[in-house]
Amino acid sequence: MGIVEGKFSDNFVTARIDSLVAWARKSALWPMTFGLACCAIEMMASGASRYDFDRFGVIFRATPRQSDVMIVAGTVTHKMGQALRRVYDQMPEPRWVIAMGNCATCGGPYANYAVMQGVDEVVPVDVYVPGCPPRPESLMWGVMQLQKKIEQERYIRRKA
Amino acid sequence: MFEVESSTRIERSSVMPGTEELIINMGPQHPSTHGVLRVILRLDGETVTDCDCDIGFLHRGTEKIGENITYTMFIPYTDRLDYIAAPSSNLAWVTAVEKLFGWEIPMRAHYIRSLVAEFSRISSHLLWLATHALDIGAMTVFLWCFREREMVLDLFETAFGARLTVNAFRLGGLFQDVPQKFLDLSQEFADLFPGRIGDYETLLTDNRIWLQRTRGIGVISADDAIDLSLTGPVLRGSGVRWDIRRAEPYAAYPYLDFVVPVGENGDVYDRYLVRIEEMRQSTRIIQQCLAQLPKGPVSCKVPRTIKPPAGEVYHSIENPKGEFGFYLVSDGSETPYRVRIRPPSFVNLGGLKKLVLGGLVADVVAIIGSIDIVLGECDR
Amino acid sequence: MPDEAQSNGQEEGSAPAAAQAPPAQDLRELVEREYAGTILEQSAYKDMADEATLVVRLDALPQVGSLLRDHPSARFRLLSDLTAAHFPAEERPFHVVYHLYSFDHNRRLRLKVKAHEGEQVPSVVSVWSGANWMEREVFDLFGVSFKGHPDLRRILLPEDWGSHPLRKDYPLEGRGERVYTKPRRKEYGE
Repeated sequence: MGIVEGKFSDNFVTARIDSLVAWARKSALWPMTFGLACCAIEMMASGASRYDFDRFGVIFRATPRQSDVMIVAGTVTHKMGQALRRVYDQMPEPRWVIAMGNCATCGGPYANYAVMQGVDEVVPVDVYVPGCPPRPESLMWGVMQLQKKIEQERYIRRKA
Repeated sequence: MFEVESSTRIERSSVMPGTEELIINMGPQHPSTHGVLRVILRLDGETVTDCDCDIGFLHRGTEKIGENITYTMFIPYTDRLDYIAAPSSNLAWVTAVEKLFGWEIPMRAHYIRSLVAEFSRISSHLLWLATHALDIGAMTVFLWCFREREMVLDLFETAFGARLTVNAFRLGGLFQDVPQKFLDLSQEFADLFPGRIGDYETLLTDNRIWLQRTRGIGVISADDAIDLSLTGPVLRGSGVRWDIRRAEPYAAYPYLDFVVPVGENGDVYDRYLVRIEEMRQSTRIIQQCLAQLPKGPVSCKVPRTIKPPAGEVYHSIENPKGEFGFYLVSDGSETPYRVRIRPPSFVNLGGLKKLVLGGLVADVVAIIGSIDIVLGECDR
Repeated sequence: MPDEAQSNGQEEGSAPAAAQAPPAQDLRELVEREYAGTILEQSAYKDMADEATLVVRLDALPQVGSLLRDHPSARFRLLSDLTAAHFPAEERPFHVVYHLYSFDHNRRLRLKVKAHEGEQVPSVVSVWSGANWMEREVFDLFGVSFKGHPDLRRILLPEDWGSHPLRKDYPLEGRGERVYTKPRRKEYGE
């Protein structure tokens, strides 16, 4: 933590503003429940008794306006694509997207007329979680990957 | 669908000055619509005067896929139809195809199929109870139901290696016999579960809030329910004692003893009671399956390439949500000519308009919950 | 399959007339007595009683349906399923299929009508209200339209889809109705 580290007594903590903000952001990721199909059930299971997502500071919000991350859980069809994009646009910055499951990643087993071949055709995706459906542990892994990613983001830039 | 754009402002009613009809849009991502269902409601005050469902947000073209792959390859797709009770969907498909072929299935496979199908019924009803209670505002039930549901999913994992999309059955029987550990754990679960159902009932059945939110809400008479082709617990809640497990038995159900519970008033509360009792009966069936489980092979001889005779069959089973059937047209080749999935949720959801008209907007969520839809097989 | 034998036994027990005759012979006679010449074909897969199929003349469908619903020896009150199948090689390529169930007699019956391309099939919503959504689905996926349907519009696919995917000439991957490729994101403002 730089040159001032250890110069103060115990009840002071020094940190770069970057890492402080990143720490705050990664510790309270509020996902929007975008449960579409089978993966939504595993997403619910992640939030329920055994897996208890609240431990990660992950609390499901029902509205895009209060959420930081959209977990796209399930098959995105062409009919859904526009609604999905609209919901994404309603989320405040900074926002992240986790594509949960094979369908959201690449269309999964549904290579046909109705299904969009991956949600990254309409929104940018940060973490892809494989599985059909991914187990709650996989989703936790995905969230932790996202936390690592957020940790590395830098917010303060030098003037050019 | 109404033209939402043009009709959001409707002429002021002459009777009630200053009030307007309101069109509200629930979904497609409303937290309590159970998936991607969009309901458009026309309200007069708090009373619902018209209702329209916009579905198809999860239309994945499963029927078209079925026409392009072989009979065996379609089994994993059936998992993803009713993903809450995947073994039931598997069972509907394999029994329909076996009917087309006319195969004799070994008795042990029949019993294991019934056993697993009843577990899937329990897991489906638990998820229904959890979300339905959550919609109405009871959080504890959600956590308790998921506790037991995880136990059922663990059982699936022990036997088939997956939690949700289990791909449990094969044409002609099972892929392999279930491990002894599965049977032991099943017995443990069946002994423990009736007490847990009692726990849920202490939270809900006589709860004053629950009664006020569910009793007399979404009433449908038996005649109307039949006319609207409703099946499953929705039909039985209205007092029609019809269960395909009893009327046209498949798998091991001819040899099992169970009661088909029915309601009296056909309201949300009766459908709740019917499902609770069905969970008890499922536990009874599981106990009987475990006690009577015969020894022997779990699969009949199935050739490597299977070609059915040309023809058409319809076979349906009692899914947790209603009549789940397959209508198959075969032209004698390796792939089906036409695969039709008879979806219980789709048909039951067609009756939603009848159920919500004249009710309050706050009850719409309770009614949708009581129909117990899963959009995977609704939209297919 | 043992369960099949069981159900066959049950259904023959409830309909003694069908003991030797082909399945649904009694229903065919019932309909023929009332509306002569409306049943065009009769068949059953492997002579199974619950696979009995009657092919009905297109225009007579609602009358035959009401008769089968109300007559005490039929009582097919539940329209279990309504769907279609496309046979492009045939003269009447669209087969619309109705699966009926009778609670009173625990018995199933399949009705079928065959329609030309573009021909309207009479709607059975007036007979079984449950047909409403199922006919909309057939209209959506096959493009078969129903005469007298109260609210015939697409149900599963978007309103502006423009084609009918379950027709046999429609490719599995679609005709490119909605293909988003990655650069398409720009159109959404990115």
